[in-house]
Amino acid sequence: MRVIILGATSAIAEATARLYASEGADLLLVGRQQAKLEAIAADLKVRGAARAETAVCDLAAPKDARSALAQFCATLGGVDHVLIAYGVLGEQDEAEQSTDVAEEILQVNFNSVAAWCLAVADIFEAQARGSLVVLGSVAGDRGRRANYVYGAAKAGLATLVEGISHRFASNGPRAAIVKPGPTITPMTEGMNRKGALWATPEQIARVARRAADRTGPVFYAPGRWRLIMLIIRNLPTVIFNRMSI
Amino acid sequence: MRSFVSTDDIRSWGGILQGQHFVSQPNWRDQLPRSIAEARDAGQSLLAIGLGRSYGDSGLNPGGAIVDMTALDRIISFDPATGLLRAEAGLSFADILDLFVRRGFFLPVTPGTRFVTLGGAIANDVHGKNHHRAGTIGRWVRRIGLLRSDGTEIELRDDDQTGLFAATIGGLGLTGLITWAEIELMRIPSALMDVETLPFANVDEFFAVAAESEDSADYTVAWVDCLAKGNALGRGLFTRGRHAPGGTKLARVGKPKLTVPFSMPSFVLNNLSIGLFNSLYFYRGRRAAGKATTPYLPYFYPLDSIGHWNRIYGRRGMYQYQSVVPPVVARDATTEMLKAISKAGEGSFLAVLKTFGEKTSPGLLSFPQAGTTLALDFPNRGQLTLDLLSRLDDIVREAGGRLYPAKDGRISAAMFRAGYPAWEAFAQHVDPVFSSAFWRRISE
Repeated sequence: MRVIILGATSAIAEATARLYASEGADLLLVGRQQAKLEAIAADLKVRGAARAETAVCDLAAPKDARSALAQFCATLGGVDHVLIAYGVLGEQDEAEQSTDVAEEILQVNFNSVAAWCLAVADIFEAQARGSLVVLGSVAGDRGRRANYVYGAAKAGLATLVEGISHRFASNGPRAAIVKPGPTITPMTEGMNRKGALWATPEQIARVARRAADRTGPVFYAPGRWRLIMLIIRNLPTVIFNRMSI
Repeated sequence: MRSFVSTDDIRSWGGILQGQHFVSQPNWRDQLPRSIAEARDAGQSLLAIGLGRSYGDSGLNPGGAIVDMTALDRIISFDPATGLLRAEAGLSFADILDLFVRRGFFLPVTPGTRFVTLGGAIANDVHGKNHHRAGTIGRWVRRIGLLRSDGTEIELRDDDQTGLFAATIGGLGLTGLITWAEIELMRIPSALMDVETLPFANVDEFFAVAAESEDSADYTVAWVDCLAKGNALGRGLFTRGRHAPGGTKLARVGKPKLTVPFSMPSFVLNNLSIGLFNSLYFYRGRRAAGKATTPYLPYFYPLDSIGHWNRIYGRRGMYQYQSVVPPVVARDATTEMLKAISKAGEGSFLAVLKTFGEKTSPGLLSFPQAGTTLALDFPNRGQLTLDLLSRLDDIVREAGGRLYPAKDGRISAAMFRAGYPAWEAFAQHVDPVFSSAFWRRISE
């Protein structure tokens, strides 16, 4: 199995890559920081990966996603799964004060990811197989004052991936959006991460790995967030507006 | 202290001690110098922790800073020709076993839980049932990456002449931050263990079986019924094992199936229930005695199959007690300790008796030395328990023995210093920013 991971230095991506490594997969790790990619690649090889290649790319600003992706595929000699795992939480306060900050959050979390997703979709459609798994967020399910710019990007991404899944529906390939709840990763460093709602990257990774083999297209991670978000989405506005969540 | 968050939920495994800490959980080694600098500049002391299996206060730094190393668990390199494994300090023994048993490699030394990190195992110079063969884990450590608070990262080698390697092995994380280490794994023919269980009727029989087994068995350990009295004092079950010469290299691995979801009420464990358990365990074991082949997991890590087993001791927690006494006095001191426990009626489920071999421990503060070690755990019943433990302290001290820091949260500075004459030499190597509740207790 040949797997391309975009945003491979994220904690969830790394945990997912370890699952693929234990299956003996050929991996291509794409990210911005060569030293970190190499550290992960060395680890994955000992953990069982048949290959662990690296490629440096500023994923949030793709000049030509299609040709970059073609190159990634050439490195592995083809592709079976693609995991897109990069993103930034951003500062909501700053995004409200500065359009540039807001646009940056949207660019990283939506625009650039959309470009990669569409490029992957073409390849998978052409080869009539493949699994695209994209990390979204429960923050995309209902806008909250704490992070709605980030949430809007993730909501857009969920719709985009659903659309690709629909496009694939009768054709072989799959596309899935994985929506983690709060997770103990560098993205949430500095927050108070106590309590039962916090998940580990390994828990999310198991869902992301499974998502590549199942019909989704929406996977909550861990699964209990499906119920929690069902309730939150359906809370009447008068109640929702009084909550500080 | 930007990368640290205040929390009050760090508890020792014994569950008696708890404290408020500023905790940082880095994902990359290049963040560590910044974490150390932040703590130093804020005038805070710092301690690295792993999976938190230390029972007492050696893994706590209340009011100070903690670097949780568990996300730093990458393997840096592995050479199947030599068995040398180099990895970040947060890699767990559980992960090492999951990855390497199937390739025919095993930990050269393992404690009774696999939920320890490489860094934690080195910092406590852990030992296992094969001590008489392999010594402590420190004997299998070839290199250590140590980050000091002045910002320098030192690569320590096992032939180091400065004393810093010897101070870091078993150094309780006080000589700086162990960022990575290289250990030598051991080859095994299969994931199975050939195990033989032999009942013994009293302390003398234990010593006879132990002496007879040292030459033939790679692993030896005994469980003792410490509530038995009179002629049955020191009765128990001796197990000796070795890696089975053939068979599967695959073992079922995974997370604990059972977990204790919350602390049980304290009345669940009383002398009656512990006494009953011990008697049943002894008679069942005696009936089932003999030879068997079992997977390595239940053999080495029986308690790991129950998540959070420490919670059966209730909210008041438990005291662990592990001593070692020199060979010449081992029989008498062990008998005296078992008598004191039996007389006090303070039962322990997990009384474990083992003879340590002659292999020298490489660390200045390493616990194992030639002699007999007794490990016990007692539900915390306040003063009653403390009184018994201090009677045991007297016996150990009289015998010229000492206690294991990883299991202690209680003994006096004088008792510690008497058992560890090298502690002053060790203190020369302590990094000024690093500290722990344990270190403050016994050094100040």
